[in-house]
Amino acid sequence: MPADNLASSAPKLAPDLAPVSPGTAFWRVFSANRGAVAGLVIAVLLIACALFAPSLAPHSPLEQYRDAVLKPPAWMQGSDPRFLLGTDPVGRDLLSRLIFGARLSLGLGLVSVTLSLAFGVLLGLLAGYARGWGDALVMRIADVLIALPALLLAIAVVAVIGPSLVNTMIAVAIVMLPHYVRLTRATVLQEREREYVLASRIAGAGPLRLMFSVILPNCAAPLIVQATLGFSTAILDAAALGFLGLGAQPPAAEWGAMLAGALEFIETAWWVSSLPGLAIFLTVLAFNLLGDGLRDALDPRLRQ
Amino acid sequence: MSLLEVRNLTVQFGPRERPVIAVEGLDLELDAGEVLGLVGESGSGKSVASLALMGLLAPQARVSADVMRYDGRDLQALSARERRALLGREIAMVFQDPHASLDPCFSVGDQLMETLAAHHGGPRAKLREQALDLLRQVEIPDPEARLKAYPHQLSGGMSQRVGIALAIAGNARLLIADEPTTALDVTVQAQIVALLLRLQRERGMGLILISHDLALVSQLAHRVLVLYAGQEMEQGPVPALFEAPRHPYTEALLRALPEHNRGAARLQALPGNVPAADARPAACLFSPRCPHAQARCHAERPALEGPGDARVRCFFPLADAQRHPLGAPA
Amino acid sequence: MSALLEVDALSKHYPLRRGVLAPALTLRALDQVSFRLEAGRTLAVVGESGSGKSTLARQLCFLETPTEGDVRLDGTPLASADRATLKRLRPQVQMVFQNPYASLNPRKRISALLEEPLAINTTLGASGRRSRALAMLERVGLSAEQAQRYPHMFSGGQRQRIAIARALMSSPRVVIADEPVSALDVSVQAQVLNLLMDLQAERELTYVFISHNLAVVEHIADEVLVMYLGHVVEQAERATLFARPRHPYTQALLAATPRLGQPAPANPARGEAPSLLAAQQGCAYAGRCPHAEARCREEVPRLRELEGTRVACHFAERISATASSGTPAR
Repeated sequence: MPADNLASSAPKLAPDLAPVSPGTAFWRVFSANRGAVAGLVIAVLLIACALFAPSLAPHSPLEQYRDAVLKPPAWMQGSDPRFLLGTDPVGRDLLSRLIFGARLSLGLGLVSVTLSLAFGVLLGLLAGYARGWGDALVMRIADVLIALPALLLAIAVVAVIGPSLVNTMIAVAIVMLPHYVRLTRATVLQEREREYVLASRIAGAGPLRLMFSVILPNCAAPLIVQATLGFSTAILDAAALGFLGLGAQPPAAEWGAMLAGALEFIETAWWVSSLPGLAIFLTVLAFNLLGDGLRDALDPRLRQ
Repeated sequence: MSLLEVRNLTVQFGPRERPVIAVEGLDLELDAGEVLGLVGESGSGKSVASLALMGLLAPQARVSADVMRYDGRDLQALSARERRALLGREIAMVFQDPHASLDPCFSVGDQLMETLAAHHGGPRAKLREQALDLLRQVEIPDPEARLKAYPHQLSGGMSQRVGIALAIAGNARLLIADEPTTALDVTVQAQIVALLLRLQRERGMGLILISHDLALVSQLAHRVLVLYAGQEMEQGPVPALFEAPRHPYTEALLRALPEHNRGAARLQALPGNVPAADARPAACLFSPRCPHAQARCHAERPALEGPGDARVRCFFPLADAQRHPLGAPA
Repeated sequence: MSALLEVDALSKHYPLRRGVLAPALTLRALDQVSFRLEAGRTLAVVGESGSGKSTLARQLCFLETPTEGDVRLDGTPLASADRATLKRLRPQVQMVFQNPYASLNPRKRISALLEEPLAINTTLGASGRRSRALAMLERVGLSAEQAQRYPHMFSGGQRQRIAIARALMSSPRVVIADEPVSALDVSVQAQVLNLLMDLQAERELTYVFISHNLAVVEHIADEVLVMYLGHVVEQAERATLFARPRHPYTQALLAATPRLGQPAPANPARGEAPSLLAAQQGCAYAGRCPHAEARCREEVPRLRELEGTRVACHFAERISATASSGTPAR
């Protein structure tokens, strides 16, 4: 029998999908979305700040310059050329604190999302695959967690385990957990009756292989989107906790805490609280745009 | 009188520098009361051609034709609103998946009456009567009960009958049926075929039947047009086309059917694949797979030759001597 | 000598709970199905939607356990088998599915798909698995370079070849083919059918070939089982069944199958299969059978021997039985 040519026969009505690798096809759709690309660029810059903070920041975030308290940013009158974005009430360089704050915020977001994703996917896989009373139990717990307002739940958790950076991560992870459980379980329920899963069962695959090797890769797309959007939610939640004094404790340069610590100066030295607020805003916006772009590029193709 | 006249229909997708050509240079004629079978496999462009006629292709399709006339009216010169008025009323379409073409949120009666209201108008009671009448015409048992039913409560055969009812609600004179029975059981298929034939004859409709099932088309059509990779390869009357095909592709299709290989251990399969829509050679599109291809076939593309109702696109159309008697393996 | 595959009064009923207040219904997908299949032969299972053929396929692959009855593979009963026995026997029965677009994991490369059965069932190392996968890929007509591609890059016919290759990786003795060519074009269908028959001869495979397409069945089957609403209504050698179908349903199926050069049946079998949920009294086909009498509605006919055929009909002797008999006028 002669070897067949590569490539499908003529397209139905979506001829953009030539037979390229999934990576190339994904990039084509993603890069056409300008908002998504902007989000990606900003996100990369932020990640660079977080990774190379010690080299990028002009000063230490903790050092207090007693002679330069509440200095305004460089473009305003009375500024000090050493401090591009001004200083805070105890003389710490705002730019350096923002850069180090990126490290805290992004790190926090990453750890929370990773924790949440790992446990959420695991529980979702088990619930969706096994069904029965285990499924019902997991889902009812998830329902309870979702029913409680996210921030209140986070506060409650921190109130129980104590305020600190690590505990903030755990609290935010718990708040996001049920969403991943639900999402994974829904996808598992949808995929487990598909013929390719049946084919693997007939080949002799056991439950572990079926869950992790066969079904899980097909849940990836919605999970990636949710994780990226969840990242920005995590940063926002963490900032909120920091604002309430329940997150990273002073003198750590955490954006939410920085916001809270300068409220009284909002009229006289607006930069001390507005700039951290702007940083939070930009970060959340960037990851939201990125997540939207990912969703557009990933979802319809994987629905085939 | 000619109901439909199309000359040089071409449908392209994608960027202009590297277009994906779904249909190329298609000529089609249909008279009232005639049944034309449009036969082809995946990638032949048969569905795209019918959607182009109806103006249903997405905006990214580039449709062009020298002539596209329905009942003497130039379809390409119509405004969007005029085209919509024509669709459904004069030209109607029946699709392959009956459940996909009915709205799952509305009852059968609602959908029928909505279509009737759009085309005929009138008070609700009268619309209901007309809807009941339509259901009776498509031989749905117990039509009063079916009016209130939702599409998911109907079987495949029933849903397709409702689809046909929707199509004839506007008293269409041209019906395009795209694989109307492919998704149905064989016994139900026979019923739908009989229904389509009866409706077509009673109403003098022109019917374009698109299908990959050659036997089905041979039962219904007066004339058959064979498409391959977007081009017409052969057109001829039934049964002459099936008894004495002139294009090697038509013959290969017929020879691959199990019923023409009775007693043989292997089917006479046609090797290879349809060329991809964005990589079509400048030579005869079928030449890579043609068992009779010669040097000229690999160099240039043949044009359609022959009178209006018996055309073939081949430099060396099959003569009787070359044709293997169908039923005996080569 | 016992047959390779023996099915003994196999029944599968699904209970459907409809809430606290309504009584539970039973969906009788399979009822008392029995047959024996010798090694190396092909049994075709013919039926339309609701016939239970897909449920039968799932039973034969031990995806589900029967409600009653048993399946015996080479003498070993499966319903009562322990997990170790099932694990040992599983590789011997594999399945090829109908839909080439759904039966391959879209997130895995072809090489990974083909190697999976080996990873599960053998102790071969990575390079051993790889070489066997590539060898099988070439055997089904694809090339080794294509092993690193993803399923969506292949056409329907190519995917079906990959599905066949995957089914053969665990060296099965029985292959259940559930409508393997129904979704393919005619020319591709012929290629894949040839491939299946070649492989059967090479590897002494036993096929259970499920199809609603009687033309294909006539070509590939040694023996035919006709099913209706979960029951076996007729079973015979291929030649016998097509020359002289005994059961009215078989006759209706044959009459309804379009054949080139034959006109559409004037009076196709009426009605549709009733719901599997409805309580069945008497013969399941009585509602549509033109020969039905009072006894048919009261007494379920048993499968019995009749001149080389097994048929489940009270009046099989009386009913005239030529292959192209349509149903008599209503």
